[in-house]
Amino acid sequence: MKLDLLYFSWVREAVGRDGEVVELPTEVATVDDLLAWLAARGEGYGVFATTERLRCAIDQTFAPLSASIAGAREVAIFPPVTGG
Amino acid sequence: MSILIGVQQADFVPATELERLEALGGGAVASFTGIVRADAADTVALELETYPAMAEQALRAIAQTATERWPLLGVTMIHRYGRLPVGARIVLVGTASRHRGAAMEACAFLIDWAKTAAPFWKKEWQSDGAAHWVEPRAADDAAAAAWASRAPK
Repeated sequence: MKLDLLYFSWVREAVGRDGEVVELPTEVATVDDLLAWLAARGEGYGVFATTERLRCAIDQTFAPLSASIAGAREVAIFPPVTGG
Repeated sequence: MSILIGVQQADFVPATELERLEALGGGAVASFTGIVRADAADTVALELETYPAMAEQALRAIAQTATERWPLLGVTMIHRYGRLPVGARIVLVGTASRHRGAAMEACAFLIDWAKTAAPFWKKEWQSDGAAHWVEPRAADDAAAAAWASRAPK
């Protein structure tokens, strides 16, 4: 499955890019699975192992990390928001 | 109901934005303006990062929730992004209603939720060129969550 990933704030800085398109193996079913799959790439991707500090949005709507990514087009990964 | 949402780099003029709300026929307009504050003596600017495609619809969803909870005539939410020096305006929330209670309560609700349910991240820049990402505040989450347990008026 092909998926657009977007990274923001210190997630973007750790990875060194603001997003990418990935081809996921079928066993990656949830955002949690996706984070583990990304973290296994090593180096800057180690940021994805800090799951308690990460939040996500699926197709531009906030979602829990346990959410399924089946059918998703775009998943964004970022720290808790600090706007306002 | 008239909802105006803005996610922009450009500054805004609060008086101009509030005049739009004043013209909606209600007796009350309330507003909140957020300003870049120097939390440390050497803070020079905040850099606001956003997820542009999501930010506008997130703010609109928050505004929509407020209109379902209070009898509002209008809502304005404008949130800036980019590098903003100390003293610059970051965010404006404005509400119009027939009476002051709804306008003021909805305004407080909207800014509490804008802080916790819209995709913006703040980076604080110091005069020596160092910068760090602002940590989320538990008090902000608590303020937003408190609205869930408050009976709607």
